[in-house]
Amino acid sequence: MGKILVTRLEKRLMLPLVRFGPRFWIFTAALLAVIAWGAYAYSVQLREGLAVTGMRDRVSWGLYVSTFVFFIGISHAGTLVSAILRVTHAEWRKPITRLAEAITAFALIVGATMVIIDLGRPDRLQHVLLYGRIESPILWDFISISFYLAGSLLYLYLPLIPDLGTLRDKMPRRARIRRWLYSRLAARWGDTPEQRAHLDRAIAVMAVLIIPVAVSVHTVVSWIFGMTLRVGWQSTIFGPYFVVGAIFSGIATIIIVMAAVRWLFHLEKQILPVHFRNLGLMLLALDIALMYFTLSEYLTASYMGASRDASWLSLLASGPYAPMFWGMVFGGFLAPALILGITRARMVRWTVIAAVLANVGMWFERYLIVVPSMAAPQMPTEVATYWPTWVEWSILAAAVAGFTLLLVIFSKLFPVVSIWEVQEHVSALPKTVPATQEAIE
Amino acid sequence: MPESESTEVAAQSPVGAEGRRRFLKLIAIGGGTALAGYYLAQFPGVVPAPPEGLEGVPQRTRRWTMLIDLRRCDGCGLCTDACRLEHNVADGQEWMKVYTRTDNDGEFFLPRPCMHCENAPCIKVCPVNATFYNEDGLVVIDEQRCIGCRYCMAACPYDARYFNWSEPVEGDEILSPTRERGHEDHQRGVVEKCMFCAHRTDEGRLPACVVGCPMGAIYFGDANEDFLSNGPEKIRLSAVLASQEAFRWKEELGTEPRVYYLPARR
Repeated sequence: MGKILVTRLEKRLMLPLVRFGPRFWIFTAALLAVIAWGAYAYSVQLREGLAVTGMRDRVSWGLYVSTFVFFIGISHAGTLVSAILRVTHAEWRKPITRLAEAITAFALIVGATMVIIDLGRPDRLQHVLLYGRIESPILWDFISISFYLAGSLLYLYLPLIPDLGTLRDKMPRRARIRRWLYSRLAARWGDTPEQRAHLDRAIAVMAVLIIPVAVSVHTVVSWIFGMTLRVGWQSTIFGPYFVVGAIFSGIATIIIVMAAVRWLFHLEKQILPVHFRNLGLMLLALDIALMYFTLSEYLTASYMGASRDASWLSLLASGPYAPMFWGMVFGGFLAPALILGITRARMVRWTVIAAVLANVGMWFERYLIVVPSMAAPQMPTEVATYWPTWVEWSILAAAVAGFTLLLVIFSKLFPVVSIWEVQEHVSALPKTVPATQEAIE
Repeated sequence: MPESESTEVAAQSPVGAEGRRRFLKLIAIGGGTALAGYYLAQFPGVVPAPPEGLEGVPQRTRRWTMLIDLRRCDGCGLCTDACRLEHNVADGQEWMKVYTRTDNDGEFFLPRPCMHCENAPCIKVCPVNATFYNEDGLVVIDEQRCIGCRYCMAACPYDARYFNWSEPVEGDEILSPTRERGHEDHQRGVVEKCMFCAHRTDEGRLPACVVGCPMGAIYFGDANEDFLSNGPEKIRLSAVLASQEAFRWKEELGTEPRVYYLPARR
């Protein structure tokens, strides 16, 4: 039996793939339970119709559409952040790009699912392909999101290839199915200079291509609303407003996932405080841009007090949505900015707290864009009421659990930190650390 | 020596440049097929062609128009009931809805059918062409095609569209066997609304709400013929529009509604 040499880094990053402790099983079981409950709620909805939701003719979009916008927003985390950092050769990015890319792909999958759940006739989904009208913003979304999902999966896969080669060669023999899987996925990666050159080129091309696609995705999501005549939706700044919010919540999600992975897999040597610091600063920059957009959006609507604007704004400022609205402004936007702005507080823990606040705030923001504009009367009648039912809350919980489960499965199948890129990064440092060779098996 | 280098590499990895190229080619072919399929679906042939012999003849021969005299409306709601009976409208929906407004002189009423806008926001946004202009220019819905995304409801500035949130329930008064129905079957999960009683106008009859209004407040007819009627009376649309303060609801939005109103106070 020949011994396979494994570096310390490889061992550290491969351990989570082979070690399944009780914590993993309990967590996975809990996630599956939440998803099963959500599936039950959806089965009730399929049986009884959308009447089991809180939506009615006036507020005909609610929690599902808000959550769709939220998750599509999160998907910008990933690719946009990692692609931009790759294009600008920010070397510190290397340990976190894979996480960002995985978040992108999974957030897109969950977000797209929310739309299907919202459909009155999901059995007719194929009509979008058969009879799709390119004039409809929903088609723009369909095309843009399909492209983005395909691109993101490719962009997630390409930088995985060298690690898949490593896994194929170095996974313990007993993990037979996985070795088979890795060897298929590794696509005969032999780490030759030519292969390296091709891979580098492919990754570089994808990184450049994915940026405009990502920007287009949340722009056309915003245009679903922006193209209507509704008060609060018909806004020229919706495209950039949504994109900035998307990157904001995307970065916040990376920070949260990064902290979880670092703690669970003991990657304190790979994911460093500098990563939290840098992403925290990016979050702060986006937060400031978002506050600027929010100010221009609501100030221009409120200043002259046109009657239709006023009736909608009063719902937000002092009406039923006021706690959420001011919670978003102070808790979701201002508080993270203060936390991240104070240099001393720029520690891992506080950055994570700011990220959690930012994400809750962004979910509020999506909800406040979708619901109050529909609740505000556009005919001579009362303000409509909407409150999500247990079915909608259950499906929301299942969506979050599903997103988490996809990340958990990913983290158990593939190294969450790119081994080859970090190795390259380490060996490029002035002080080379002697790679300790250790033997497993 | 680039040449010798590449042969060396090719020997090392059996799937060299060629395999990759084939893979990319496959992706390109797949994507191209999908795109081509999409454009073919846009092509006529999928959409019903005009009847034989009528190619080139303008499809829209009618310009159905409604005029509601608010001075006559007493808000009794019988138009809503007539509509419900005619179309077997599901519980909770009012395709012809009567709004109440208050001004200095007291209450007045605003009946609201679908406006059948000539520049209809709902038609613009529909992703699957499930709502469209019929040959007379009316805004109608294909319930067999609608996917229930409800984008049209979000886009409609008049709240004229209704969704079948649950299995549509028929009211008790609907069960009369002699009644003629505009809709035989309503289905769950699709959007519905006023259709200007297209099934009745095809036979030269007035819409149910027009006939159902005891005040004779609703006139209906073809603007091309410049002729509207509420049943007993007949009016010239152009004359009314010229001499009275007729208005359309939310004119400023540019939706070009086919429903005119005469003000409640004059």
